Amino acid sequence: MTGLLRAVAVGWLLVSAAVPSLAEPPFITVASTTSTEQSGLFGFLLPAFAKETGIEVRVVAVGTGQALKIGERGDCDVVFVHDRPAELAFVERGFGIDRREVMYNDFILVGPASDPAHVDGGTDVVAALRKIADAKTPFVARGDDSGTSKAELRFWKEAGVDPKTIGTGWYRDAGSGMGPTLNTAAAMDGYTLSDRGTWLNFKNRQNLKIVVQGDRRLFNQYGVMLVNPARYPSVKQDLGYKFINWLTSPTGQKTIADYRIGGEQLFFPDAKPATG
Amino acid sequence: MHDIADALVAAWQLILSGNSTLLGIVSLSLGISLTAVLFASSIGLPLGAALAITRFPGRNAAVVVVNALMGLPPVVVGLVVYLALSRSGPLGSLGLLFTPAAMVIAQVILVTPIVAAVARQIVEDLWREYAELYLFDGVGRCRIICSLLWLGRFSLITAGLAGAGRAVAEVGAILIVGGNIAGVTRTMTTAIALETSRGDLALALGLGIILLALILTINGTTHLAGKAVKRAAP
Repeated sequence: MTGLLRAVAVGWLLVSAAVPSLAEPPFITVASTTSTEQSGLFGFLLPAFAKETGIEVRVVAVGTGQALKIGERGDCDVVFVHDRPAELAFVERGFGIDRREVMYNDFILVGPASDPAHVDGGTDVVAALRKIADAKTPFVARGDDSGTSKAELRFWKEAGVDPKTIGTGWYRDAGSGMGPTLNTAAAMDGYTLSDRGTWLNFKNRQNLKIVVQGDRRLFNQYGVMLVNPARYPSVKQDLGYKFINWLTSPTGQKTIADYRIGGEQLFFPDAKPATG
Repeated sequence: MHDIADALVAAWQLILSGNSTLLGIVSLSLGISLTAVLFASSIGLPLGAALAITRFPGRNAAVVVVNALMGLPPVVVGLVVYLALSRSGPLGSLGLLFTPAAMVIAQVILVTPIVAAVARQIVEDLWREYAELYLFDGVGRCRIICSLLWLGRFSLITAGLAGAGRAVAEVGAILIVGGNIAGVTRTMTTAIALETSRGDLALALGLGIILLALILTINGTTHLAGKAVKRAAP
């Protein structure tokens, strides 16, 4: 039995070593989207923030829907996502406070180089979707309640097409993040809607290329907000505000603008000066 | 074939570079999995042994349940642990979600049934052989369990290895409760999932090759150590 007790003691030591101790540098947990993580923005942005403030930012990168859910349950300090209506509802329902707009990028329609739906070169995303539906060429959808997924569904609605009802299997719900969805689209020569950042940083393109871009409706706004500390006392209010204020400060905004892949700027800062 | 060659090159370059991020990921993977196996063994071994030597109504059902729990879906375990550790959950005040401790908890739940089920089988076979001896001597149950576990220690290593294999290769549970946070809760398997989703298939497969090599090393070392001990004390 003593051997067993010793094993438990050793195990506990290992766990306590693995668990962050109080002596560690201060950190906040941010629930954010795969697009910010997978585009490499956080890898560029967060070290700059840590250097200036000594605060470590731990990012849980999921879809916008799930990120808001994590905030709703009080499991993070800050939410940084891109689905304006859902964000406003989040604040409205008392889960978040002080929402600030930070930056935008845009969505693009990606498709196979052979372009079976003949949409290449267009600037009207809604018209392009209508053509894809008419041609019934494979379209791979996120289907995961993410910001991109919700934007895509809005575009279908505008196109007057309910892709799920006129199904002969051309509309395919991947139920996964942007990267896996692009992997799927590449594998089946399908079209998909992507955010530009993930696309630029995506390596397994095969025959895929951008077919539609530049539509004003493809504008993709990112917002940041603090999880309501009145609801969850565990929220690190001071550190969280420091992060939000830095993101929207001239320094933070410039750092966002400075992030480029192959010379191309991915995110465009558009924070308004703080009021009051 | 081209992809696999790329992956081998990526794996090799990663290892050669002595990349500190990779080192952190590997040691976190090992730390979490081995800790989980340690806890799971300290629960599962006595539990399996007790199940092997006691007779009570419903014992057969208990054996079936333990065996079935070996097939616990990691995603479900992850989800349940997530809900329990969430700030809105019953254990929220501990603040354990998105930490390595949460990952250890999830893996202990996954690994314990494996250790217990294998231990039950091994100890039961031993018990059949030696039961009369123990009963004749009138030894207490706890003593019997300890003694049988010691007797079967070389076979029981397999139970630990099976558990370690499950733990180190698992991704569904730790992705949910750990959050795959860079430098904090990113392990080999969650990193592979991430690189796959970024479309960097060569790097993902490269990490996979390193993970396989790691598992092979663990098993090889255990095998050799077991042999050495057996030789020293026949």
